[in-house]
Amino acid sequence: MIRNYFQKKNLNFFDKVIAFDFYLAFLVLLVGIISIFAMYSSERGIISYYTQSHLFRFFSFFFLFIIISFFKIQYMFKSAYFFYFIVLVLLFSVDLFGITASGSKRWINLFFINLQPSELMKISLIIFLARYYYKIPSQNINSFKYIIIPFLSFMIPVFLVVAQPDLGTAVLIAISGLIVIWLTGFRIKYFLYSFFVLICLIPVGISFLKPYQKARILTFLNPENDPLGAGYQIIQSKIAVGSGGIFGKGFLQGSQSYLDYLPEKHTDFIFTLFSEEFGFMGSLVLLLIYALIIHRISRIGAKSKNNFARLYCYGFAASFFVYVTVNMSMVLGLLPIVGAPLPIMSYGGSSMLSIMVGLGIVVSCKIHNEEDLT
Amino acid sequence: MISFSQTFQNKTRLINRRMFILSALKLGVFISIISRLFYLQISENIKYRSLSDKNRFREWKLIPERGVIEDYFGEKIADNTQSYELHMIPEDVPNIETLFFKLSRIINFDSNKRKKIIKRLKKRKRWEPIVISDNMSWKEFSRINLFLHELQGIKPVVALARKYSSDGSSSHIIGYVSETSANDLKNSELLRDINMPGLKTGKNGLEKSFNELMIGKPGIQRFEVNAYGKRIKELELVKGIEGKTFRTTIDQNTQKYASELLKGKSGSICVMDIYTGDVITLVSGPTFDANKFVHGISKDDWDNLINNTRKPLVNKSLAGLYPPGSTIKPIVALSALENDVMSTKQFVECRGKIELYGHTFHCWKDKGHGMMNMRSAIKQSCDIYFYEVARKLGVDRMSVTAKKFGLGQKVLESFNEEKTGVVPNTKWKLDNIGRGWVLGETLITGIGQGYFQVTPIQLCLMMAQFANGGYKIKARIIDDKYALQPVIDAWRQEFNYKKNDLNLSSFELEKLYENKENIKFILDALYGATNEPMGTSYRSRLTKKGYIFAGKTGTSQIRKITEEDRRLKIKNKDLPYEKRDHALYTAFAPYKNPRYSITIIIEHGGSGSSGAAPIAKKIIKRVLERHKLRRKYQLDLFQEI
Repeated sequence: MIRNYFQKKNLNFFDKVIAFDFYLAFLVLLVGIISIFAMYSSERGIISYYTQSHLFRFFSFFFLFIIISFFKIQYMFKSAYFFYFIVLVLLFSVDLFGITASGSKRWINLFFINLQPSELMKISLIIFLARYYYKIPSQNINSFKYIIIPFLSFMIPVFLVVAQPDLGTAVLIAISGLIVIWLTGFRIKYFLYSFFVLICLIPVGISFLKPYQKARILTFLNPENDPLGAGYQIIQSKIAVGSGGIFGKGFLQGSQSYLDYLPEKHTDFIFTLFSEEFGFMGSLVLLLIYALIIHRISRIGAKSKNNFARLYCYGFAASFFVYVTVNMSMVLGLLPIVGAPLPIMSYGGSSMLSIMVGLGIVVSCKIHNEEDLT
Repeated sequence: MISFSQTFQNKTRLINRRMFILSALKLGVFISIISRLFYLQISENIKYRSLSDKNRFREWKLIPERGVIEDYFGEKIADNTQSYELHMIPEDVPNIETLFFKLSRIINFDSNKRKKIIKRLKKRKRWEPIVISDNMSWKEFSRINLFLHELQGIKPVVALARKYSSDGSSSHIIGYVSETSANDLKNSELLRDINMPGLKTGKNGLEKSFNELMIGKPGIQRFEVNAYGKRIKELELVKGIEGKTFRTTIDQNTQKYASELLKGKSGSICVMDIYTGDVITLVSGPTFDANKFVHGISKDDWDNLINNTRKPLVNKSLAGLYPPGSTIKPIVALSALENDVMSTKQFVECRGKIELYGHTFHCWKDKGHGMMNMRSAIKQSCDIYFYEVARKLGVDRMSVTAKKFGLGQKVLESFNEEKTGVVPNTKWKLDNIGRGWVLGETLITGIGQGYFQVTPIQLCLMMAQFANGGYKIKARIIDDKYALQPVIDAWRQEFNYKKNDLNLSSFELEKLYENKENIKFILDALYGATNEPMGTSYRSRLTKKGYIFAGKTGTSQIRKITEEDRRLKIKNKDLPYEKRDHALYTAFAPYKNPRYSITIIIEHGGSGSSGAAPIAKKIIKRVLERHKLRRKYQLDLFQEI
């Protein structure tokens, strides 16, 4: 059936395979394999639940990534609003009948998978904004009329996600949206103005924060304040990374994670585990792979013939970059612990799904670059 | 169309430009992450590595086995037995209240204990482990281990606890151990070095004197632990060195027997080897159960001990001070003979009382003894005779002889609680009371009253030094063969001279006499006191060959007997307990080839002949029965005797 769909168009399947970005796929596969080893290590060298599950998810979503990349970009372009709308509905439904785990309502039971719509929102918002700004001439971008919809388009999901509460994802969604808006030429000074307003609103905002969120921010400012309480995670994470040294403690030798000193080692702190075992050199290699992925996505965007693809790729590259750096800064004690997974590496289906879908669209942009959008 | 294409190109350019700025920003962020990694993993690596090791490794000190105290035959007086303890490291406990609540559901841990621990916690550092429970049953211990994962900061420990013989016969000598106090830590560098929970410290007796030697060296157990403090694997085990074992000269058999004899009485029994100075029995009554102190004594038990008027905690053998009474007479007699103020043949008439210096001095026998020479005066313990001797001798010369024989000095080095007593003389009175000596005081000093104060062990040493022929010996309670060897050699030489009828003395032995005949005379007089009719302890004699002993009774008044009392002929047993005389008896046995000296003091026991001598008879019998066994252990040392 898929074959029939492809054959109707002027690109045949073979052309598409030639145009497929093997380089990007190779880099993603590389990170995927590293992540499986890290997961294996997090389970003390036993292939158990997390490793099996992660392995399965990675390869099935990697397959999804390849399939999506063969979908016509025009299709994405046309269904951008619809896609956004679906995710938004899901996000609303989380609020209504989501699954509550460890104090926050983030997941929705779709019978075959517990989906975290906020993760998908990261991607769908970029597509939505890329689609929206595609038509708008650059001189109109700063006009008030054209800022309302983009503003609402990211404020609504951000608000919903904060309410879950999931500050980390909300911030990431907001940043992804803001980057795309900024890329289209929105004036810096408006950002500055709104930033100023935000600063003024902080005292008001703090009163809305949950106690544990306040504690996290205070802990970030001084983790040694409460070494066994809120500061524990960050202190142990720094100890793990710092004790890794240049070449690390060796695969399966990370004592901090092995002896359970490291919290959340499958998810947010997977980089800490990796860094403890493979040291500064290993971390540098991983960072380089991520940099190459981001660079590759940006290159695809730069070579795009239309601004939808360009804006999308740039936006996705920037978001990808933000995910990586926020997570790393967090575990290295440069940012408060807000709960942001490391793309591909961290355990978590929704995060993996959204990254793979995002990457698929990027490659689709490349494959179908010669074709007209409309 | 053109304009559209232009706008398109403008827009593209704008986006690309901004993307370029963004890329520069990304580069900056990446560099900052890399430099952060560099800072953590390379610059600060050593700091974090040691922090990681501090997480991983935890050391447990192992309390070394406390040295055992044995009796002369290797039987254990103070032993160790297994006990189950619970330790807590306060800083590892997330919430003490919750923990205590959980504990109270698992083991016997009532609010009283809780309060006590919270009180103790305030005085301690947060990282210092504290013992919460030190005497758990096996059932409690296994339950704790089952719930250990829920009890963060808690550590179950199998330890060794002190166990004493429960009859308390040796409680006073051995003393007891108890929880190390802040004061103990202050006074001992070793304790500060070891500083571990559950380490017991000797508080009294030998446990205190040899505490540091008996503690030993703690072992170290190093574990890799996980975040919950659970031990994952043992990495290293340094075995501790157990404390030194001490063999005492005590014979537990006679010790227990003596303790039984003292049951219901307040007093002391000492038995000493007259050649080696070995203390064979040293009991004090009433006694207490030292085991109660090991895990912390309850308030009720403590109050009972403290409020008991018979003072069970005091080691009366060493720290009980008594007027020697008539038991001092051999010393007075010897002093008189040595100083040539009296001859053995001189007679003094006893009419029951004598008027001197404006006072009336009484003999214990109202009717008087009649004509007394020195031998009969010792035998019948005539006070009038000794008033005369004391008057001629003077207190200063008397005190010289008394001190020579060990009165007024500590006998054993190993006990802090030992008292020195008082041998009064003119200088002593001036220094300590600030008044001049009164002649009347010389007379009562001559019969062991007045300022005179001795401990039972001093009397025992005194009698031992008479019995061995008048040689100085050093009393000891810890058996150390190496230190004893020169003593043995000296005695062997002495015996050889005697055997070959050489009129010599081993120069290694310190003589306490001028003329050997004087000592012989005293011993003979003591024989009379026990084994001849009219002798004060005649009724308590032993007649079996080899068991015949000789000794001097003493009755020390603790109140002034008024003329009124004498007129009414008030007897001791009619008086309230605390006003009755102390009964004393000091003896040596056997009379021929003597080996042991014995001193008995029964507080408020009436007269020496009725209160103390009968007990001495039993003890002497037992000691002599045990002599064969004891000699087996000394075979290489003493074949001759």
